Amino acid sequence: MQLMKTSAEISRSERWEHFKCRTGAFRDKYLVAPGLYALGEPDENADVLISANYKLSFDALRQELKGLSLWILVLDTKGINVWCAAGKGTFGTDELVRRIGEAGLDEVVRHRRLMVPQLGAVGVNAAEVRRRTGFKVSFGPVRASDIPSYMRAGYKKTSEMSTIRFKMMDRLVLTPMEMNPVLKKYPWFAAGILLLFGLQREGILFSSAWDEGLPFLLLGLAAMVAGAFITPVLLPFIPFRSFSIKGLITGFVMVFLASLVPVITRSQDDALLRAATFLFFPAVSSYIALQFTGSTTYTGMSGVKKELRIGVPLYIGAAAVSLLLLVAFKLGDWGIL
Amino acid sequence: MKYLADVTTLEYDIGKCTGCRRCVEVCPHGVFAMEDKRAAITDRDKCMECGACALNCESGAIAVDSGVGCAAAIITGMLTGSEPTCGCDSNDDSGSCC
Repeated sequence: MQLMKTSAEISRSERWEHFKCRTGAFRDKYLVAPGLYALGEPDENADVLISANYKLSFDALRQELKGLSLWILVLDTKGINVWCAAGKGTFGTDELVRRIGEAGLDEVVRHRRLMVPQLGAVGVNAAEVRRRTGFKVSFGPVRASDIPSYMRAGYKKTSEMSTIRFKMMDRLVLTPMEMNPVLKKYPWFAAGILLLFGLQREGILFSSAWDEGLPFLLLGLAAMVAGAFITPVLLPFIPFRSFSIKGLITGFVMVFLASLVPVITRSQDDALLRAATFLFFPAVSSYIALQFTGSTTYTGMSGVKKELRIGVPLYIGAAAVSLLLLVAFKLGDWGIL
Repeated sequence: MKYLADVTTLEYDIGKCTGCRRCVEVCPHGVFAMEDKRAAITDRDKCMECGACALNCESGAIAVDSGVGCAAAIITGMLTGSEPTCGCDSNDDSGSCC
C-alpha cells in the first residue's frame, strides 16, 4: 500500500491552476492520483474522508481542513467531480469497496467509519458498503466548508448543511464553460451571415457582406451573452421556471436593447429583417439557456425532457421561418419579389 | 429555486418505510423529513431526480427514474436512441457538464 501526504494549504500556483481549470484551459486533465492520503498527522482513530480525483474537488476539500489530522481516500473518478461521477457510478459502491481493500484501510484505522460527501450518495449504497467491508458510511455535509462544524457537532447535520445552494457566485463561476462551447460555434454562424449578406446579383461582394452582415454578427454575440451569461447569473430573478422561457425573455430584452445601438438600428429598417431578428436571436438565447440545466444544482431529467419535447420543434421552426424571411428580403432586395 | 412543477418521477410508498432516515440524510433539496418516525415528502417539486434516496433506501420504499439533466446529453440520447450521458468524461467539446 502506498501512502501519500497532503496538506490544507493551497499554493499560489494551484490557485492559478484553479482559475485556468474554471475557464476550460485544461479541464479534462486536472487529476490527483487515487489512493490514501494523510492530511496532518492522522493516527488509527482519525476520521476517513472520501473524495474524487478531480483536483478542483480534492483541493476544495483539503483547504477546509486546516488544523485537522485525518485520512482522505481518493477514488478514481477519471478526473470528474463527486456529484457528476456519482451520477455515472464512477464515484460509487464498487470503486469505494475496491479502494478500501487496496489501501488496507482496515489495518490503517481501528474504527469502522467513513465520511462520504453527501452528493456522493447518488452513487454510493451505504448498506452495501457496510455488508462488503464492515465500514459504516455517514454522508457528510454537501459543502466541504461545513465539515469541521459537522465533526464538532458529533457528526450531526443541520438541514442547512445537507441542502445544496446555487447562489449568484456559484452560478457566475460556471459561465465561462457556458460561453466556451457557444463561442466555438460562432465562426460557423459568422460565416453563414457573411455569405448570406455578401450574396448579391453581381456575385459575392465583400463590402455588402460586412456592411449588412455586421449588425447580425453583433446580434449573434448579444444572444450568446443573453443565454450563456445573463440567464445563468440572473437565474432566479428572471420570470418562469422553464429555462427555455427564461432564455427567451433575456434574449428578447437583449435584442431590443441592442437594436437601440446605431450600428444595429440601421439593420432594423426593413420589416422582414426586423421580424427575423426578433424571432431568431431570442430563440438562440433560449436554446443556449436550456443547456445550463446541465450545470445547475436543481433541475431534473424529466423537466429537461419536457422542455425539449416542446422546445426543439419550436427552435427548428423559428430557424426555418427566419431563413424564409431572410430569403424574402434578399429577393426583394434584388428586385425579384 | 424550483424547476418545473409536476414532472418528477419520484414515487414513495410510506407503508414500506422503516424510519432509517437515510433519505433525509442524502437528499440535497430537503424533499424528505421525518414525521412520526417515518419519512414524509415535504415538496415533490423540489426533487431533481438524482436518485440518492432510492439507491440508499434499504426497504425499497422509494423509486425514481434518475438520470442526467443535461439538455445536450438528452438531445444526443434522443437522436441516437441511447441513454443520455453527459460528455464530461470524454475529450469532446460538448462543454457544459453536469
